[in-house]
Amino acid sequence: MPTRLFAVLAVLSALAAAPALAKDTGYVFISSEKDHAVTVLDGRTFDVVKVIRTGKRPRDMKFDAGHRRLFVACGDAGRVDVIDVARLEVVERVPVGEDPEMFDLSPDGRTLYVSNEEDAALGVIDLASGRRVREVKVGAEPEGVLAASDGRTVYVSSEVAGMVHAVDVASGKVVGNVVVGQRPRRFAATPDGRELWVTNELGGSVSVIDTASFKVLATVKFEPKGFRADDVTPVGITMTRDGRTAWVALGRANHVAAVDVASRAVQDYVLVGKRAWGVALDRAEARLFVANGLSDDVSVVDTAARRALKALRAGRVPHTVVIDD
Amino acid sequence: MCFGYLRRAALAGLLCLAATGAGARELLIGYLALADDARYDARQLEHRYQGQPGGRPLAGAEVALDEADFGAQAQGLALRLVAVEADAADGLAAALDALRAQGAHFVLVDLPAAPLAALAAATRGRDVTLINVSAAADALRGAQCQAHLLHTLPSEAMAADALAQYLVSRKWRRVLALVGPTPADRARMDAFAAAAKRFGLKLAAERPFRLSNDPRERELGNIALLSAGEDYDAVYVADSDGEFARDAQYRTVLPRPVVGSAGLVAEAWHWAWERNGAPQLESRFRRHAQRPMTGTDWAAWVAVKAVVEAALRAPADAAAMDAWLRGPDAVIDGFKGARLSFRPWDGQLRQPVFLAHGNGVAAAAPIDGFLHPVNALDTLGPDRPESACRP
Repeated sequence: MPTRLFAVLAVLSALAAAPALAKDTGYVFISSEKDHAVTVLDGRTFDVVKVIRTGKRPRDMKFDAGHRRLFVACGDAGRVDVIDVARLEVVERVPVGEDPEMFDLSPDGRTLYVSNEEDAALGVIDLASGRRVREVKVGAEPEGVLAASDGRTVYVSSEVAGMVHAVDVASGKVVGNVVVGQRPRRFAATPDGRELWVTNELGGSVSVIDTASFKVLATVKFEPKGFRADDVTPVGITMTRDGRTAWVALGRANHVAAVDVASRAVQDYVLVGKRAWGVALDRAEARLFVANGLSDDVSVVDTAARRALKALRAGRVPHTVVIDD
Repeated sequence: MCFGYLRRAALAGLLCLAATGAGARELLIGYLALADDARYDARQLEHRYQGQPGGRPLAGAEVALDEADFGAQAQGLALRLVAVEADAADGLAAALDALRAQGAHFVLVDLPAAPLAALAAATRGRDVTLINVSAAADALRGAQCQAHLLHTLPSEAMAADALAQYLVSRKWRRVLALVGPTPADRARMDAFAAAAKRFGLKLAAERPFRLSNDPRERELGNIALLSAGEDYDAVYVADSDGEFARDAQYRTVLPRPVVGSAGLVAEAWHWAWERNGAPQLESRFRRHAQRPMTGTDWAAWVAVKAVVEAALRAPADAAAMDAWLRGPDAVIDGFKGARLSFRPWDGQLRQPVFLAHGNGVAAAAPIDGFLHPVNALDTLGPDRPESACRP
């Protein structure tokens, strides 16, 4: 890009970002795998505030604790881009190894744990130095990563092995393996850390793992109306802060499911877009955002009424949604 | 006893109790091929005809073993793949016996249809499960089927059904068919004719072709003459060799797509499929084999995946693994999006089939809208009531 144009854009974006210097912008961030960009929407009007170019194939995104920085895993660039949330610009690029997809941050915010699909490894990145300080071999095609809130354990799912691995942070060793359903993808943990929920894309289910014994306690099945078991391919999952409700995106079944965590019973199915994957709740937990990878849009779901309010255009192959509120 | 057919000698009993002990059990998978298999002649492979193998499918089996290793070890299962090549078809039975003597119950067979049919018939009732990874012939799943024979490569009928569904979905219903001189060409044509009837395509004409520049038989060798005098939406070519079909493209009288053995081809795998984790598998395969993955490579890869999955989910013994593989609980991840499993009526792995062209995949069958009372994958190939398999 010519320098002058870049400078103009920088000024424009600085102007646009001026009110964003305050926290809790309400902005909705959507990563699009095929646009190599993160789209920022106004949280009320859903107008596009800015399109931030990132490394190739942006996928998972996470805020730091203060929501000052947004980390974006760029699969084909082999790095995590760091977006300054006030300026809406990429301010740092952290190399993290080949093909990063999902990642998590340690509770103290100093370490980034990333699944490297091609290397069948969990990469451990020290954010201060930007260095890859450790690599833990896991089953092929690791996907979901969750750093436990006690800071001692990181969970990784392996799509090929059909397993969840527990990695001890101190020793960097795999200390537990549990066979779950086929093609395990992503995690949510209960607030007390006792239960780890993992979606099984091909198994069509969620396995509930007891983190103390590392055994599967229960398997949640889904039967949205009008779809066969083979259409149910759960991937994205999130839980309300009180740990009462889990939201699970059912992939090709084009629905999200609301699950009562205590009873593990499915309460409702909400029709969204095609191949629903990434899910995120806003802070009030009044709205659920669902990234639909095959209809290139994001559904906004009213969590109380349990219905979709609208669909937002979201670039090619939206992957993850996060909200700064 | 925890794993009947192969144990590490004296320690077996003890280690079986300690289920997580590394190396507690060994799973040996056999791979049987012919040293002199014309399908893998270097010259033939150079042509890279569509729908043909890109090389020995053993590479696919090796990739599967490699990627399954970590998870298997975590479950106390050591994996080993032993490949044996027989010099000629009459040495196959002895080669198979050698694999069985080493402890292999599951053996991938990478053989042309005729020697495979003979081997399967000769080993009927033995304690072995053969998994066919490279022969698409329908007869192997029909009249020649065996209780101990599974198939991971889609059959000719599945390929034909996939193509027919696609043509119907495009409303390209009038098809000119050109069929080659070999029995395999005839069998492929028969499969397509059956699919055309099943899904409502109309064959404008069926004409024989021959690879020939002889002016005395130019009506057999000249694609312009072969494609003249009829109206059609597509030209189907049944050519198990591939040369004629390749050259038919862009040489028809009417500007119509060539499908079947060139142009748009139904395949088990295509390197360009970009969903369902396929690119990761494709790149693992390329790193290992230095070439793109083809349908037969995928068939060998998924065969190993299926056996390892059975060992993890039904570890009691080989009989339990066999039962799991053919049972209703089997779910095999073929990186094609759907849950794969074996049809109990003919041992065929049900799976999506790609409609692929030079550098892309136009669609994955079953095509949306083709429905089935139980599993839409069973709209491809003989369904239970139609199966001729009586093992």
